[in-house]
Amino acid sequence: MSAQQQAADASGAPLAEREPVLVADGLEKSFFGVTVLHGVGLTLRPGEVHGLVGENGAGKSTFMKILAGVHERDAGTITLGGRDVRFTHPVEAAHAGLATVFQEFNLLPERTVAQNVFLGREPKRRGLVDRRSMERETRDLLAELGIDGIEPDALVRTLTVAEQQIVEIVKALSVDARVIQMDEPTAALADHEVELLYAIVRRLAERGVAILYVSHRLKEIFDLCDTITVLKDGALVSTGPAAELDTDELVRRMVGRPISAYFPDAEEGTRIGEPRLVLRGAGNAYVDGVDLELRAGEIVGVAGLQGSGRTELLEAVFGITPFTRGEMRLDGRAVRMMSARQAVKAGVALITEDRKAQGLALNQSVADNALLVIRSVFARRTREVRQELPGVLTSLEVSSQGGDQEVQYLSGGNQQKVVLAKWLAAKPGVVLLDEPTRGIDVGAKVAVYRLMRRLAKEGVAMLMISSELPEVIGMSDRIVVMHDGRASAELPARSDEATILSAATGTLRVGDLRVDPARNDGEEAR
Amino acid sequence: MSSPSAPAARPVARRRRRRLDSSLIVGIALIAVIVIGAILVASVGRNFFSAGNIRDILTGMSVLGFVAIGQTLVILCASLDLSVPYVVSLSSLIAADLMAGDPANIPVAVLAVLATAAVIGLANGLIVTKLKVNGFIATLGTGLIIKGYLDSNYKGTSGQVPWEFQLIGATGVGPVPISTILMLVVALAGAFFLARTRTGNHMFAVGGNEQVARLSGIRTARPIIIAHVLCSITAALAGLLLASRLGVGSPTVGTQGGYDLLSIAAVVLGGTLLMGGRGSIWGTVGGVAIFAVVDNVMSVMQVNPFLKDVVRGIVIVAAVAVYTSRQLDRRRPRFGPGSAASAPPTSPGAGEPSAPAAPAGSAASDTTGRSEANA
Repeated sequence: MSAQQQAADASGAPLAEREPVLVADGLEKSFFGVTVLHGVGLTLRPGEVHGLVGENGAGKSTFMKILAGVHERDAGTITLGGRDVRFTHPVEAAHAGLATVFQEFNLLPERTVAQNVFLGREPKRRGLVDRRSMERETRDLLAELGIDGIEPDALVRTLTVAEQQIVEIVKALSVDARVIQMDEPTAALADHEVELLYAIVRRLAERGVAILYVSHRLKEIFDLCDTITVLKDGALVSTGPAAELDTDELVRRMVGRPISAYFPDAEEGTRIGEPRLVLRGAGNAYVDGVDLELRAGEIVGVAGLQGSGRTELLEAVFGITPFTRGEMRLDGRAVRMMSARQAVKAGVALITEDRKAQGLALNQSVADNALLVIRSVFARRTREVRQELPGVLTSLEVSSQGGDQEVQYLSGGNQQKVVLAKWLAAKPGVVLLDEPTRGIDVGAKVAVYRLMRRLAKEGVAMLMISSELPEVIGMSDRIVVMHDGRASAELPARSDEATILSAATGTLRVGDLRVDPARNDGEEAR
Repeated sequence: MSSPSAPAARPVARRRRRRLDSSLIVGIALIAVIVIGAILVASVGRNFFSAGNIRDILTGMSVLGFVAIGQTLVILCASLDLSVPYVVSLSSLIAADLMAGDPANIPVAVLAVLATAAVIGLANGLIVTKLKVNGFIATLGTGLIIKGYLDSNYKGTSGQVPWEFQLIGATGVGPVPISTILMLVVALAGAFFLARTRTGNHMFAVGGNEQVARLSGIRTARPIIIAHVLCSITAALAGLLLASRLGVGSPTVGTQGGYDLLSIAAVVLGGTLLMGGRGSIWGTVGGVAIFAVVDNVMSVMQVNPFLKDVVRGIVIVAAVAVYTSRQLDRRRPRFGPGSAASAPPTSPGAGEPSAPAAPAGSAASDTTGRSEANA
């Protein structure tokens, strides 16, 4: 069916009466004996934007990967355009008209836009790659999406993240897809770029393409989607028109339990003490004008979209990309943190966002990893810490086959606990946590939360970045919201998601918030 | 001033940056080396641009040029070939032995040399792709095997190259030797292959990111195997040329030339990324030319041979340092000089005074973080 015909179908009948383009039914999948999908199915119709939501680990990614042919299903059926299909490779699915924009970019930075779009199926003329038609078709596809700023012969490396995301979508379009799955397409985008993506998604839907849209940002789901399917623990909770749902109801269906049960309360006897970390107008090339006070025993949440400068703030405090302006005080003393080593010596710890690349030496043992900081910075304490290690690992509930096991064979949750053990050995006074529970299971999450509460009681000050708002709300004594490299607002504990989100997206217009007006004036003057 | 139109202003700047990145730097470096060399040579009362001297430089380029062209393909695929010096020696011996002084044997000998090299390259490629042995080790191994064969079967030079074949290494068009012209023709073919064939395009892909290549439906082993085959064949061409110059085959001619490390150095000097995925044949030819000019200037100046190696070493290290320093701009600053904040506001609804163009800064950490969350 051509795109034009689809468009006619799409504009003609109401959504529910259109012939489905994709029907998935009873999909099941287990990995190593653990069932991650229990008979999940959904129906996509031409021109439909279908939201797929659920917590981390609910099975959204597995579901998409089965549709895309990355994983094979154990049971169930998939019908695409009326035909039963079983894909074994994403390329096979794409040729059949089902394209996927994966969460991680599949682009070659050193190749041009056109070369990336047609990678693996370069058009040929007399046996040779036809660059001109490749670039012309890429230009046409970009024009169809209403994009005029991306040159087909530009190197992908020179594009912004948003532009790269568009190239991914164009890549999906270039196979004339009838169904496009998008896994967290806005994860790396700034808010004004999200608008651009919205426009693209709507345009695709108008042309009759069915879109399966996965996002953690519920606002996007409501803004874009006609239908919403909720998954929880690998099972289908509900499928229905978006108009029949509101945010509260959606969250209730996704979480299925009140948030309070999830997050432990502060331990008895926790006392908010003296300021341990103070920033005054601190800034460098990536963050600017940050004012912050972090007290002993306090957990301050850092909310904000990806790319808002959250990670950059922690990296500045930790001396990786030092502050070049303003003031930073640690336990009352002014410091210029110029290196990570200096930070560690001063009692600061950084639990990085990407534990595999930045937190752990994957092919080394649990013990070697746990002793890394001590060995390199506080070498004299190595013996002592080594003796305590088994006890520490037990108290953190690390399930491993002993300290000799290589960390790459541990689960994400246990890996994260090893990272925590590594830093706790240094007895830090300020702990910076960047997405401390990303990609780990619920049990391990709760263990991390309990550990944070225990550290708070011991007088440690913590600054925690999280993209999961319930986590920010459930754990923080205060919430700092980052937006475009600045701390745009400071909110009290238990602020609601809507307030945090509007601060994070720069649309906050509420009187009780501390938005620094002087900063904004300065910007205008420039 | 709506948001989609914001990127429209940038392509001009982008193009300029892109051209500066690639072969242009190598070209500039080559010109700089030539200018400095010419001045130095003039200072001792000699003419750098005399026909004789130019012929010397071009002659010096051709053998290493052949080897480095093949090496470029292999390195683009994120592999390496350390067996080239032994392939060079073996090729010179097979050629000289089979020719045995009779011009009638030339076609057979050349074909046999190329076929042998292709088999060695195929073996290299299969070991790298099917046995998953790192290219460095795989070709070190096959190189040692060939070395063992050479050492046990040849005590010295062997065979006899007929006069007709020796002409290839000895004649030229004006100051340009035939061997250099042949090398440039091979370079042209290589550049065309990379730019215009699917296999050539896919070499960049597997070298840049094998996972991306595989997910795009590319059979990732093929470009790597073909690169290794072509690399062995260009090494064989170098061997044929050396046989033509020497008049005999020699079991040590390849190792004496140090073609393994020198070819890798020339490729890197030419701007090709040692980790693969980016580079060009013309950059490599430029790298080879820089080496040839530096060598020539030093021999004209009668520089102490040990100092020659010191200079070569400095040239390699300095070049790579320059390239890497250009790749360090991993994120775009948001504030301060060169930041995106000086761009016009692009956020339509928010009414914020500033909305920097993109979170490009977090690209590196975002992608890694996201792939982890996915694992």
